[in-house]
Amino acid sequence: MRPFSYQRASDPDMAVRALSAAAAASNPLTKAAAQPLAGGTTLIDLMKLDVMRPAAIVDINSLAQGWSAIEPGSEALRLGALAKMSDVAAHAEIERNYPVIANSLKLAASAQLRNMATLAGNVMQRTRCSYFRDVSYENCNKRNPGSGCAAMDGVNRMHAVLGTSDQCVATYPGDFAQALVALDAMVEITGKAGTRSMPFAQLHKTPGNTPDIETMLQPGELISAFSVPGQWPRSVYLKARDRQSYEFALSSAAVALDVQGGTIRDARVALGGVATVPWRAREAEALLKGQKFDDGLAQRVADAAFADAKGRQHNGFKIALGKRVVMRALQQAVTMEIRS
Amino acid sequence: MTAAAPEPKANMGQPVPRYDAASKVTGRATYASDMPLDNPAHAFLVTSAIAKGRVDSFDLDDARAVRGVIDIVTHENAPKLKESKLFSNGGYAGTTIQPLKSADIAHDGQIIAVVIAESYEAAREAANRVKVSYTAVAPSASFGSPGTTTAAAKGQNAQFKEDPQVGDFARAFDEAEVKLTASYDTPPQHHNPMELFTTSCAWMGDNLVIYEGSQYVYGLKNGVAEQLGIDADKVRVVNPYVGGGFGSRGSMTPRTAIIAGIAKRLNRPIKLVPTRDQGFTITTHRAETRHEIRLGASRDGKLVALRHEGAEVSSRPDAYCVGGTKTTTRLYACPNVASLVSIVRADRNTPGFMRSPPEVPYLFALESAMDELAVKLNMDPVELRRINDTTVEPIGGKPYTSRSLMACFDEAAKAFGWSQRSPQPKSMSDGDWLIGYGCAATCYPTQMAPSAARVRLQRDGRTRVEIAGHEIGTGAYTVIAQTAAERLGVPLDKVAVFLGDSELPPAPVAGGSNSTASTCSAVMMVCDQIRQRLFKAVMPSDSLTDKAKETVGLSQAPSTQAAKSDRPLDIEKAFDALGAGVVEEYGEWKPEGAPLDSFKAMHSGHARIVGGHAMKDKIAYAFGAEFVEVRINRFTHEIRCPRLVGAFAAGRIMNPRTARSQLMGGLIWGMSSALLEATEIDQRNARYVNDNLADYLVPVNADVAGVEVILLSEQDDHINPAGAKGLGELANVGTNAAICNAIYHATGQRIRKLPVRLENIEA
Ligand SMILES: Cc1cc2nc3c(=O)[nH]c(=O)nc-3n(C[C@H](O)[C@H](O)[C@H](O)COP(=O)(O)OP(=O)(O)OC[C@H]3O[C@@H](n4cnc5c(N)ncnc54)[C@H](O)[C@@H]3O)c2cc1C
Ligand code: SF4
Repeated sequence: MRPFSYQRASDPDMAVRALSAAAAASNPLTKAAAQPLAGGTTLIDLMKLDVMRPAAIVDINSLAQGWSAIEPGSEALRLGALAKMSDVAAHAEIERNYPVIANSLKLAASAQLRNMATLAGNVMQRTRCSYFRDVSYENCNKRNPGSGCAAMDGVNRMHAVLGTSDQCVATYPGDFAQALVALDAMVEITGKAGTRSMPFAQLHKTPGNTPDIETMLQPGELISAFSVPGQWPRSVYLKARDRQSYEFALSSAAVALDVQGGTIRDARVALGGVATVPWRAREAEALLKGQKFDDGLAQRVADAAFADAKGRQHNGFKIALGKRVVMRALQQAVTMEIRS
Repeated sequence: MTAAAPEPKANMGQPVPRYDAASKVTGRATYASDMPLDNPAHAFLVTSAIAKGRVDSFDLDDARAVRGVIDIVTHENAPKLKESKLFSNGGYAGTTIQPLKSADIAHDGQIIAVVIAESYEAAREAANRVKVSYTAVAPSASFGSPGTTTAAAKGQNAQFKEDPQVGDFARAFDEAEVKLTASYDTPPQHHNPMELFTTSCAWMGDNLVIYEGSQYVYGLKNGVAEQLGIDADKVRVVNPYVGGGFGSRGSMTPRTAIIAGIAKRLNRPIKLVPTRDQGFTITTHRAETRHEIRLGASRDGKLVALRHEGAEVSSRPDAYCVGGTKTTTRLYACPNVASLVSIVRADRNTPGFMRSPPEVPYLFALESAMDELAVKLNMDPVELRRINDTTVEPIGGKPYTSRSLMACFDEAAKAFGWSQRSPQPKSMSDGDWLIGYGCAATCYPTQMAPSAARVRLQRDGRTRVEIAGHEIGTGAYTVIAQTAAERLGVPLDKVAVFLGDSELPPAPVAGGSNSTASTCSAVMMVCDQIRQRLFKAVMPSDSLTDKAKETVGLSQAPSTQAAKSDRPLDIEKAFDALGAGVVEEYGEWKPEGAPLDSFKAMHSGHARIVGGHAMKDKIAYAFGAEFVEVRINRFTHEIRCPRLVGAFAAGRIMNPRTARSQLMGGLIWGMSSALLEATEIDQRNARYVNDNLADYLVPVNADVAGVEVILLSEQDDHINPAGAKGLGELANVGTNAAICNAIYHATGQRIRKLPVRLENIEA
């Protein structure tokens, strides 16, 4: 960890100003000299590891008053960026109408972390790639552009099989983002020019040739809210992992269905633990629409979801695993009882 | 009684709560880095980013510019230290690779510089700013890497004297009716005790005080003195509490003498708090092992041939090895046995003791193979153990001092509900989950070492026990206090115990599960010396003294009455008769069969551990049986272990509460080792990758739904005066095989490589 200045933002304007002031045009957000601090459970970790070296920290927790509301509505659900993971996970209406959201949060991290961590911080968390998190490894294109990728032919059991490039195969580690991307959520961004919205699915960028650029956010921009259109009581988040709690996904699926009279009207499938970004499996979903569910269909959907997957030495198992997770999540969503 | 404090059965002490419980849960217990120092400087390590090669140069300008930096020590300006021999070759050190001696690098994460600064933060920042240029050489990482060398352990390692064998294995195997050949693998593992590997050193003139979590304060004191070239009497090691050791603090690591040397030069106390990931490379670890087992049996299940071949990875200079064939060749009756242990040298740090060092990998192999054999024989695995149970070990024909293996199997089987198991693989399930039941034997040698103690009794019954033993979390304070209270007939709350200070009378290394047996035997002997003196005072005539001697004899069961003489000893009266206010005794105890130089060695920090298979005319082990239920998700193949049941017999159970806690922790550890724990090595550069507690997985509460510990009564009068067999390392041995055996039962798939992960289960 290196010395940094600490500033507490008393309102969004001040936060945006403080964050933009230190921004240099040439740096991507991940290297910006000023970083917002929410729960700190990712940021402080990475600073201690010397991976992130911001010169300034802008504490945005005092914006919580305006930015942490949980507002379920009949048209859309609005979630403040600074709402705590644990509060959203335990919210009765979210449990009822958006089980995929509630469970993606409940199955993430540990109780202590969920009490600290915010939704915005959660979607902005950075990869757990061991080589990225250990600065004694020189070759990491994400941390050190152009230096190579140590994980490509190294210990890559946790790494991605979808959305990879020859520059980086790091997995996007979070859970909640899969629920957002599945449900066509919008993300609200507050910056110098005010507030804008965009589809959450466009927030994260696959690594391509610039793995150091992870999102569409510019330095000086903050996530202020998420909104989720509609209600999805028939939805599931299924997560496979090495231990029963407090562990990142090896593979996960966020599935939401609208089934009427045995026919699937609408279907959403997103994948976690297997891709470089929160991953929407649109081709797979298309196979479900208008169909009656059976195991054969589930298999075809799963195959389609992983049609482009590429395994490396230690993570090839994620393709077969991911398919079974998708199939099981679909089965669970179809058969789940909906409380009305 | 609560589950945590089991009702004592015959030959068990009281389940009294831990002496140190309140201070630990309230954070008042002082660990090494909590010790106040006068104006300390702070050290932060820089460790190598390559596993083999050399440092060409350092660029220290940036680091030196950090405010508060006092000094940066590299091989170019490090204090000169003398060499120390490897622990298992009669020295003190866990490795003979001495960092900062030259520019050479022999393993990943070797200490290459120490930054000293006014604050921890400044030292850390400066360490982050140190730039190093290396010349890297391609290292050999592990088994199968180019450049490793392999040779038999015998002849290389002073403690591995023979490859046990008896009869004619080759012929018997050839002719056996049923045969099994199978290979097994275990991974490298790290101890990861909660307390980091901290060291604080403070000099007062020529005298050095070291605060460091250690499992052997006398070893560390003598080892550091040797490296600094000073008289051992000038060095004191203090650590009243140790935040977990598991073997990692049994031998001296290079960091201590380095920090002591720098503190001397700067004339200022220095405190070092390394990071979690540095802990992976500046101490020892459990090395990866490979095994081939061959079993030959008759149709009715009698073993006729057994061969165990093991290979272990060690460092280039040090032939560390655990050689668990000493146990696996003696566990079952078998007339024809062969074995071979070899050591594979790679560019790695020297491995070292980790909870049940030989038994964990070697019994995983044997107890998996026994299960495979039971399947071949179409026999219940418990019955296979019964058929091959023995009271005499097959190699030397020596009798076990006591052996309750089958009683443990029967008790644990009953508690577990083994009879509900349908033996066919894949025959049990519950919704999404396939269910498997499995079991395995566990055992650990009963070991003792010479120990001294000082006991002081006051007229009002207040008692002070002093011994340089170690509270590594096992309950040492508690059982030592119980022993003294029972022996002297004073209330437990009047006994104060002092441990973890090399100024106190020497105790052996807290390793090999010898501590309770050794320290309590010494304390009993010294309490008896006090009783002798008191009896003599009230019963001065010779015949009475003889009677008193008899009543305080070692074989007498402890009693709250001073003795079973005609009248109880009235301590106050005895003090009056003696004309004293305090009686203090010091004594040195050694176990039967300890070598002649035992006491001399004890004072110079060498523990002469005896017991196990190495006794002259007998063999002493504690035994247990472990049963587990695993559940494997049909879809995700996730493996969970909701139930662990173990029954154990270990001679006298000094305190059923602390014993249960050790055994419970052992079962959980065993499950962790079977399903979660492995240090991942990047084969290209021989470096550890998952060197932190987010990636090196250990179980969380949700993984441990049910653990049941059953303590069996067992009396053994042939081991030590306390009658106790060590049990700290007993429970984590059998679990690895029990889990793989249960996975076989659940899925029909035999997995011979640890840890078992979901990708190892096929569709
Ligand atoms: C051991 C461990 C296990 C974990 N397991 C899981 C798991 O299983 N599943 C899972 O999903 N997560 C897991 N996590 C990650 C955890 O959920 C995240 O660390 C947490 O959600 C981050 O939230 P925070 O508020 O603490 O973010 P911070 O650490 O404060 O911020 C994270 C990043 O987001 C930026 N940021 C913060 N707020 C904003 C904003 N409003 N707008 C723009 N940028 C912002 C920060 O600058 C920083 O770069 C785990 C973490 C740990 C340490
Ligand atoms: S996978 Fe990405 S983050 Fe990991 S080492 Fe390669 S470039 Fe770095």
